[in-house]
Amino acid sequence: MALADATAFPYGLRVLVVDDDPTWLKILEKMLRKCSYDVTTCGLASIALQILRERRNKFDIVISDVNMPDMDGFKLLELIGLEMDLPVIMMSIDGETSRVMKGVQHGACDYLLKPVRMKELRNIWQHVYRKKMHEVKEIEGNDSCDDLQIFRNGVEGFDERGLFMRADSDTVRKRKDMDKDHADQDSSDGATVKKARVVWSVDLHQKFVNAVNQIGFDKVGPKKILDLMNVPGLTRENVASHLQKYRLYLSRLQKQNEERIMGAARQDFSHKGPSDNLNLRSSFQEQPGNLSNGFQHSSQKIQAQINIPDPHLDDTKTSVPDKNGTSVSDAVDPQNITSASPLSGVFSFERMLVNQDRKLSETMILECQSRSGSVPPKQFMQYPKHNHERCDLLGDYSCLPKPDLEHPIAPGHLYAPPPVISMSCSVEGDVRDFSDVKPDLLGCMKSLSPALTCTVESVSAQLSDSVVTSTNSDQKFSSVEGLSSIKDCDFDQERNQATLLTSEEASIICGTDLTCLHDDLSGYQLQGVSFGNIGLSSIDLFQCNDAMALPGLQNNWYDDVEFSSETMEFPLLDGGLFA
Amino acid sequence: MKQGYLDEQFCQVEDLQDEASPNFAEEVATLFFKDSARLISNVEQALEKYPKDFNRWDAYMQQLEGSCSSIGASRMKSECMSFRDYCGQGNVEGCMRSFHKVKREHGALRQKLEAYFQLLRQAGPAGAATRPGM
Repeated sequence: MALADATAFPYGLRVLVVDDDPTWLKILEKMLRKCSYDVTTCGLASIALQILRERRNKFDIVISDVNMPDMDGFKLLELIGLEMDLPVIMMSIDGETSRVMKGVQHGACDYLLKPVRMKELRNIWQHVYRKKMHEVKEIEGNDSCDDLQIFRNGVEGFDERGLFMRADSDTVRKRKDMDKDHADQDSSDGATVKKARVVWSVDLHQKFVNAVNQIGFDKVGPKKILDLMNVPGLTRENVASHLQKYRLYLSRLQKQNEERIMGAARQDFSHKGPSDNLNLRSSFQEQPGNLSNGFQHSSQKIQAQINIPDPHLDDTKTSVPDKNGTSVSDAVDPQNITSASPLSGVFSFERMLVNQDRKLSETMILECQSRSGSVPPKQFMQYPKHNHERCDLLGDYSCLPKPDLEHPIAPGHLYAPPPVISMSCSVEGDVRDFSDVKPDLLGCMKSLSPALTCTVESVSAQLSDSVVTSTNSDQKFSSVEGLSSIKDCDFDQERNQATLLTSEEASIICGTDLTCLHDDLSGYQLQGVSFGNIGLSSIDLFQCNDAMALPGLQNNWYDDVEFSSETMEFPLLDGGLFA
Repeated sequence: MKQGYLDEQFCQVEDLQDEASPNFAEEVATLFFKDSARLISNVEQALEKYPKDFNRWDAYMQQLEGSCSSIGASRMKSECMSFRDYCGQGNVEGCMRSFHKVKREHGALRQKLEAYFQLLRQAGPAGAATRPGM
């Protein structure tokens, strides 16, 4: 099934079919197989989500029924679109216009009526291609000929993996564009499709950010960055496109930052609300009503992102079971973040503190915007997309989170951050305002624990009166009750990395003043933190090195809570915090 | 075809049969009957436990209707639709009546299909080409 040209049929298209009706599932599977597609079936929406989260890159398209017992098909549709950005086709026996309309509104790229015919299924590949082209166009802003190239690239890569290769903007050679940074001519050789996608892993991104910071954000250029990064195999185009996204991302953050000035938003962590997907694709989604699950999931992701000691986010992520209280896997080991890896937005951090003026290390942007609505899953944006091979980091920028304004409960996002939140802040010497982060962190923490729901509220309450205020430099984390153990907060003073890991039950207690943390950071253990049984070992939370902003913290970091550069680490836990 | 019990969709299902799945149609039919029995029982329980809960009844029946559409059980499906219409009208009696019909059609279809597949087996590979009228 090799396709050498763009006109051949996309064999091996990877389809995930979700339907609670086993008879339909069997029939659809057979039909799709007959179309030479690669089919995976699933009888439950929740399982489907899990599968997708774990193997995000392994599917090209999802087909789902609308009426399912465990989750509304529209919601699943939304989640998939947001988190994974995969095209989704809806199916139903009900063809009423209002339903179809609803499907379209929720982002379905098609709506099939049951009984579904094979010829309808045969054409689903068009949606995949169309989306890819659209994506590329958006990101790259290339003109159509570039798209064609990308498209071609994508097609050529088809048989390599037996799959439709997603055109990765980073890997696709782009035409030189005067307006863009990547004005490199050698990019026009788009014929070599097979390039492996550049995976903007946390480490890689960290290098990138370091380079950017070193050069000076204003003076940065892809070539300089590339040289500094010194990564073999990385091309100027890769860097250029990544830079572009990064810029977009930063400018959005800044905007958001400005918009949200500490205010109620910060305080309000209740995460009840749906969270908007901030754009970074959050790997995590919260199951409706299921905070813990969500968190766990996200935590996993976060971990992966942040610290990344493990190169594979996937590995770190433990599949988060949907059950409440499941502990999130601490996949990520806090300690490792040697380089300020971008904190993955897994956390439901509100925004990463990105301070353009400062050297940015990695900022994780977790923005969880709440979506108003029914239990919307909170989305964690992960940055970079975890475990993706593609350079999602920046890719996600394009869909950068919308300003928090929209969500009424801005702070709400806090919701369950993955149990382990390791944030590594690269020590760039920049101060980051963790204050913003904190709230979210807490939120995240909260989510970790099964007691989340309540903790979240309490956290918010705490937050309100707690320290975290961006204005002051105190960063206080409110403890999240119920969190049992915060694991590994590693603090790496030298590296200014702070990884806050909380185990599932970690109770995060924030309440310390971040600013003064730094001195105490090293080896700061939660003193007096009376977390139930939190087995906090050293909670090295947040290192403020300008590094990462704890994602999701609602507060904007920017609000200028500045950490003095020396305060890189702040022990999150402050004895006697809250709780 | 099939005396109205089954429609075009059933042919589609049969067409999916191939060397990899030589008994595909029968497998699908078996699966259908097993699952639909469960769905029917759901409706039945709902009728008992949740009197006049038309939304619930409708929801359960919709699942059954969807299932019918998978193998092309047209008569049964139209009884399902009629049940749902009654739900929409809030007509308990109508619901009860049509539910009985749904069950009846279900039973009848099962018999017919069992006979059909049996015939196919007896006819052997050659017989597969001709579909006995049902």
